[in-house]
Amino acid sequence: MDKTQSNSWVNVLLIVDKFRVFIIFLLLLVIASFISDAFFTVTNLFNVMRQVSIVGIIAVGMTLVILTAGIDLSVGSVMALTGAVVAGVMTAGMPIPIAILVCLIAGLIIGAFNGVVISKGNVPPFIATLAVMVIARGFTLVLTGGSPTIINDASYRVIGSGTLLGVPVPVVIMGVIFLIMYWVLKNTTFGRSIYAVGGNEEAARLAGINVDRVKIFVYSLTGMFAAVSAMIYTSRLMSAQPNAGTMLELDAIAAVIIGGTRLTGGKGGVIGTLIGALIMGVLDNILNLANVSPFYQEIAKGAVILAAVLLDSKLAKLNR
Amino acid sequence: MTLLTMKNITKEFFRVPVLHGVDLEIDRGEIVALLGENGAGKSTLMKIIAGVHEPTSGSIYLDGEEVTIDSPSDSQHKGISIIHQEFNLLPDISIMENIFLGRLPRKWGSFVRWNEMKEKTKALLERVGIGYLAPETSIRQCSIAEQQLIEIAKALSFDAELLIMDEPTATLNNEETERLLQLMEELKNKGMGVIFITHRLNEVMHAADRAVILRDGEFIGVKHVEETTQDELVAMMVGRELTDMFPEKKNHAGEEVLRVEHLHVKHQLEDIHFSVAGGEILGIAGLMGCGKSELSRALFGLYKLESGKVQVNGSTIQTPKDAIDAGLALVTDDRKSEGLVLDLSVAENILLPNYRLLSKRGVLPKKQLNEVVNVWFGNLAIKASSPQVEVNQLSGGNQQKVVLGKWLQTNPKVLILNEPTRGIDIGAKAEIYKRIERLAEEGMAIVLISSEMPEVLGLADRILVMSDGRISGELDRQEATQEKIFEYAIGGGSNG
Ligand SMILES: Nc1ncnc2c1ncn2[C@@H]1O[C@H](COP(=O)(O)OP(=O)(O)OP(=O)(O)O)[C@@H](O)[C@H]1O
Ligand SMILES: [Mg+2]
Repeated sequence: MDKTQSNSWVNVLLIVDKFRVFIIFLLLLVIASFISDAFFTVTNLFNVMRQVSIVGIIAVGMTLVILTAGIDLSVGSVMALTGAVVAGVMTAGMPIPIAILVCLIAGLIIGAFNGVVISKGNVPPFIATLAVMVIARGFTLVLTGGSPTIINDASYRVIGSGTLLGVPVPVVIMGVIFLIMYWVLKNTTFGRSIYAVGGNEEAARLAGINVDRVKIFVYSLTGMFAAVSAMIYTSRLMSAQPNAGTMLELDAIAAVIIGGTRLTGGKGGVIGTLIGALIMGVLDNILNLANVSPFYQEIAKGAVILAAVLLDSKLAKLNR
Repeated sequence: MTLLTMKNITKEFFRVPVLHGVDLEIDRGEIVALLGENGAGKSTLMKIIAGVHEPTSGSIYLDGEEVTIDSPSDSQHKGISIIHQEFNLLPDISIMENIFLGRLPRKWGSFVRWNEMKEKTKALLERVGIGYLAPETSIRQCSIAEQQLIEIAKALSFDAELLIMDEPTATLNNEETERLLQLMEELKNKGMGVIFITHRLNEVMHAADRAVILRDGEFIGVKHVEETTQDELVAMMVGRELTDMFPEKKNHAGEEVLRVEHLHVKHQLEDIHFSVAGGEILGIAGLMGCGKSELSRALFGLYKLESGKVQVNGSTIQTPKDAIDAGLALVTDDRKSEGLVLDLSVAENILLPNYRLLSKRGVLPKKQLNEVVNVWFGNLAIKASSPQVEVNQLSGGNQQKVVLGKWLQTNPKVLILNEPTRGIDIGAKAEIYKRIERLAEEGMAIVLISSEMPEVLGLADRILVMSDGRISGELDRQEATQEKIFEYAIGGGSNG
């Protein structure tokens, strides 16, 4: 058996593995530039990022949740509900800052509820958040009466459609959240505890980490990020939609998984998730630019998710 | 024809060589011991036979015929059965289903023959000496030593020609070890080949025909056991002579630190009452199932107490957090499921209990933390290219050193050690014993739980013997002997 040659091949693959998401992303960019001249324009790129921001921000929370070996199916409904809250508060005549505050707190509380049920109540995350998903959607329908709530205060438009030094505000918000959470995961007790809890909950508990508190924190943050996305969404449409964010949880989970975070917890991070979300956004964008029918777009998106995860498990077997 | 021949085996992980040209040979009706320090490459070599790893180069022959072993199931089909150093039992299913995992006895193609499986399991458990466990018991309810014996029963259930056991005796006490060695002898007489890994040389002298020695991935040599001595084997393993195993004892007990008052835990512990002073090493001995592991968990606040209390310097312990805050540290015997986060680095595992204590308002002081890590990485001579390596890439003994480092660096007031040297090689053991003795000299109160009799006798100032969830005897250092401990352990003894 000649193994020396296959060895350098393995080395290449190992490097590929480390930057796997980046490489897929770059490849996609190259393909995009061939498909359409319109792709590499500042307007288009900002457009892609703005579209990604809603899922991207939620996916940050989802990354934390998945790192603790959990899952949050309620994010889409929570976004709809907090959207209805922000629109409702404004319709009631409150100023924008109050509306924003109430919205964030609402998201935080729903998230905390998830966390408490999961940790103190010992309910599996899948079940707990599935229930909250349904409940939150119900409350949204109650609050909106089943039809869109229109927002009249024009200055609210800034959140979703404004720019800051030429950069769309949603992109700035997303960037700031990613940076902060990247730092938090790396440099704080809370961040490192998330990895420990997801890697081996029992060992973490024995090391004196307050596992319940870590979980409650993580779900609370995720709820709050859903509220942030809700504001971008409602500002874009200048209304709250009762059916906003349906299936959004799946997009967020897909971004996290494509980004290389392990579904069983303990491994991964937000940088991968950012790239994962961008990959999905760019994919949507080029399929649009190439005039592919929306039906085929869905198929292509599913195929990319599958390919990314398959590649992952193949590479994991290399170092046998 | 020899049963198995491995020639010039090399193995690299990510380009880092861990085996360089190792040879191994075993015949039917032979017991071969595989020896070497932690990280020498023993487990890796066995995993190559088991189809877990692929050799980078070299050849393997079965009955004289060159083969490649592509996967664990391929290895099984070729008549090889292995017990890995880290267990592979599913915690929430029964013993019998674990033993027959993937090959449940069936009728009409798909219906499980539960009765047959139960009977077979009973016989197997009987054979390894844990016949008292019901086949329906879930693994989670079994102690580490019991789990080890279940792994052995599982390995026996395959109709194998070659049985490989990676440190099967690391958590077993004298009696259980004795029985296992006898079992190996029986298998050998039936014509099986047995390879076993151990760090206890008396077992080698007692049971093996030949010993193969590795050091740092190099093949050092092979010896017929009748023609060698323990000292020679140690010299070959370590590359130098080893002097005293146990440090000199000084008496330095100070004030009472840990106080346990009439502790009761339902179905586990009954009326446990003792105290430990600063500077004292209290040994706890007893047979499997006597409750010594449960006691360690109860001290750390992991059980709901029916009555009684645990106090450290006057403050009462009810949760692990109380325990850590009061200066208690627990080295558990189950490193895989309780001791380590395998996917995190050595550094992070060592720091885990400290995150809460060292951080300034939640932000980690990187520099200070790195210093702590480097000190313990060096102190314990952990074999890894850097502290940033993930723990799952370390050898078993080196993982155990990480568990020790993790708790030692917290500088606790009370240190509970449950099988602290499980899987650690002789040289490193002597170092660790010295360190434990030094910690006691500095005033730490130490509770040492071990199935290794010489360890308890060599280190402890005082020994409590447990039997059936209660303390059945107490012995001073001067009066303690292996025989007396055993007498108390089986529930007898003078006051008994
Ligand atoms: N999956 C892996 N990836 C990278 N390195 C590994 C891997 N498995 C083992 N190693 C390295 O190979 C070397 C040999 O490890 P091995 O587990 O074979 O040692 P061992 O002789 O069984 O030691 P011990 O007595 O501690 O069990 C170690 O340095 C270890 O770090
Ligand atoms: Mg080993």
